[in-house]
Amino acid sequence: MPAPQCASCHAARAALRRPRSGQALCGACFCTAFEAEVLHTVLAGRLLPPGAVVAVGASGGKDSTVLAHVLRELAPRLGVSLRLVAVDEGISGYRDAALAAVRRQAARWDLPLTVVAYADLFGGWTMDAVARSTAGSGRSRACCTFCGVLRRRALEEGARLVGATHIVTGHNADDMAETVLMNFLRGDAGRLARGGGLGSRGEGGALPRCRPLQLASQKEVVLYAHFRRLDYFSEECVYAPEAFRGHARHLLKLLEAARPSAALDLVHSAERLALAPAARPPPPGACSRCGALASRALCQACALLDGLQRGRPRLAIGKGGGARDEEGPPPPPPSDPGSAPGPADGECGAACKERCE
Amino acid sequence: MPSAGEAWRDCFRAFYIHKFRAVLGKNRLIFPGEKVLLAWSGGPSSSSMVWQVLEGLSRDSAKRLRFVPGVVYVDGTCPVVSTRRLRRVAPRTWPYPILGSPVVMIPFCLHLEGAACGQSREDRAKTLSDVKRILQTLGFPWHVVTLEEVFALPPSVLRCSAPEPVGTVGTYKVAVDSFLQQQHTLEAEGVGDSPSSAQGEAQPSQPCTQDPQDLAEPPPAAQTEALSRLFDSVKTLTAKEELLQTLRTHLILHVARTHGYSKVMTGDSCTRLAIKLMTSLALGRGAFLAWDTGFSDERHGDVVVVRPMREHTLKEVAFYNRLFAVPSVFTPAIDTKAPEKASIHRLMEGFLLRLQAQFPSTVSTVYRTSEKLVKAPRDGCASGPRCLLCMCSLDVDTADSATAFGAQTQDFSQMQPPTPLAEAGAPTVPCRSAEVGRAPNCCQGTRPCRREDSRARVIKQLCYGCRVNMKDVPSLDPLPPYILAEAQLRSQRLSPEIQEYLLENSDDKAHTSGSGAWGPPEQEGKDGQTVCDCINKNIFN
Repeated sequence: MPAPQCASCHAARAALRRPRSGQALCGACFCTAFEAEVLHTVLAGRLLPPGAVVAVGASGGKDSTVLAHVLRELAPRLGVSLRLVAVDEGISGYRDAALAAVRRQAARWDLPLTVVAYADLFGGWTMDAVARSTAGSGRSRACCTFCGVLRRRALEEGARLVGATHIVTGHNADDMAETVLMNFLRGDAGRLARGGGLGSRGEGGALPRCRPLQLASQKEVVLYAHFRRLDYFSEECVYAPEAFRGHARHLLKLLEAARPSAALDLVHSAERLALAPAARPPPPGACSRCGALASRALCQACALLDGLQRGRPRLAIGKGGGARDEEGPPPPPPSDPGSAPGPADGECGAACKERCE
Repeated sequence: MPSAGEAWRDCFRAFYIHKFRAVLGKNRLIFPGEKVLLAWSGGPSSSSMVWQVLEGLSRDSAKRLRFVPGVVYVDGTCPVVSTRRLRRVAPRTWPYPILGSPVVMIPFCLHLEGAACGQSREDRAKTLSDVKRILQTLGFPWHVVTLEEVFALPPSVLRCSAPEPVGTVGTYKVAVDSFLQQQHTLEAEGVGDSPSSAQGEAQPSQPCTQDPQDLAEPPPAAQTEALSRLFDSVKTLTAKEELLQTLRTHLILHVARTHGYSKVMTGDSCTRLAIKLMTSLALGRGAFLAWDTGFSDERHGDVVVVRPMREHTLKEVAFYNRLFAVPSVFTPAIDTKAPEKASIHRLMEGFLLRLQAQFPSTVSTVYRTSEKLVKAPRDGCASGPRCLLCMCSLDVDTADSATAFGAQTQDFSQMQPPTPLAEAGAPTVPCRSAEVGRAPNCCQGTRPCRREDSRARVIKQLCYGCRVNMKDVPSLDPLPPYILAEAQLRSQRLSPEIQEYLLENSDDKAHTSGSGAWGPPEQEGKDGQTVCDCINKNIFN
């Protein structure tokens, strides 16, 4: 049976059905619609004012590739200029190949690229070194906890290096849906209170960041990348299988099978959550060591690095220790010490961008 | 279970009862002498709750409960279920087979899969007689209502009545003191606890009240058929479950209002509430989590729903019921024997219980997080229009906002101007009914149809979560009349002065983005009031 006509231009044969609406569209019309939607998100949410210098967090994966491509198309209309910032966490066998993809993209799009490495920023601590340090404690390695926090610091540093005024990341609707599920499962009221919007305005000297793809579903991002023939890196991080986020991702896949709009419904729920004032994080101050945005004396990155240096990597992880949550008394110890839902995934207000595919 | 003597039973019982009392006492919402309706489903948690109340009211309980209970049972899970089996909860929660003597079990009876109405009349009558037998032993006034009675509900059930003036803690204390004083006076006078003055105890010899419709006769077949038709027309099990829940809530609310109950107690346990929270999250009800899972739910105004079992886990309930022979009745639920992937409710239940096996504090973590939720709309405007079905304040944004709702109502693929190859003249957007597969006797796509208007009118009055559910309900006609009547009433109330200017067929819907399931886009007027979309078409710019 031949494909129906495109519902938009009525000229070409439809090449796909949009996951959200089931509408049959040709490739060009779909891409146009996708770009129009991202433009609308940016304009309606007032995310990137004209004249902004935008640092795009580029990992080489599909989301940041699509994000960079779309923003490059929209840049003239928005009046912004783009810089690519890639973070090298020092995960051998994974990050090197991804960085190669980023370099190819930067060359193809003729965008300036800056690579910041953990090893340079954080005193020689690569993710592999962190993983070795946290291994063997009988509990999960919590690599993603470190990686997520440190990457955001690195991104901020990279953005400052290139003189950016805004940071954008490629989180899509599925990421946000997983984040809200995960935060509930782990009881992270602080993050629940902070999340839900399209980004953060940037208080206390931190650069404002936003997620223009937040309302696009993952399937549509993949379709866009397919139709625009974008070259991206699609393997999963070596440490990804250990992440707690995997549970949330599995749940989201199940939910989407039962109800296709589940991801956007969860995003809507996240937008509308109302948490008690006591659960919200205190107004941010500055880290006493590095001056970055922090809700405690030490920012989370410094606290984590501190723990690593001292040979006590779990110092800043979990409650009751320089923890990120604002809960009062620590919870009773879980009955099975080896399987506590300890924060095994890095979060500080937004989704960890590295995901298993 | 530890078997260090039998003392642990008493400890467990004391702990269990204490939790129940503590939840009630901590919240201080139930005043002495108040009429409280216990919503009993026959299941373990609500049976346990009813039993707790029964014991708590007896003379020899340590501190007697002081309210006046009644019990309501909603009969009517027949619409969908075709086979009956134990609800498949994770094995850990039920360490002992629930076939002990005090539990009334319906013998297994297999029907063909796909039968429209699962329980036959005989089975339904048998369940009812078991239910009544238990209700009669309780000694409270009891009410059994059939789900078919939703077709007789008045539209007023969907309106939020003004709440009774709720006092502060001081008022509660004053009320308790005066009640106690009254008791003392009565005892001193040698009257004893007569039912009229004390209002605290129903004599066993008092005839149990029940609804005027005697349940010796089953409900009229037309209503049962209408109910089956309604549930058959709903496309997904998720939407069916939500609809069933909504109808049941309205029914119980109606019973409470009719008989003067100001509180309704439901037996949701900690486990169930954690599952309910995650389910509501996935259904888009993030704005209302505090009402859906908190201790008290005041959205109806005069009748407040409280959840006293919210700190008991399902495991504790099971143990208690087994150890202390709490009678319960098994009735098949709408999703009994459904495969796990069938509905969001089942998925979430399965997921949470499996995760709980791996991380034992999952349920309690989710529950504790739920306690941190507050009943406040994010942008502070508490008084706005309320959802027609769930009666919470509407949580939808304008159609062009940068939010999940806005993203689903916008449709940028229609923004392309039609090429010369498209139909010349006034472009006619195909009738949406063809796309979403609705009633076949529609206009066949020749013109935007009237049915669409009435549907859009109803959809506009729903919150996000209810709108998503309604996407799975292709036609609103089988819905009980009170819902449609109230929708009609509200839409007329919104725009009385322009009603006369509205044309019946609003033509040229070419620029309508996102109508159908999501309703016409809301346009913000000057003072923030939404203007009906059809008005805009009549306004010349």
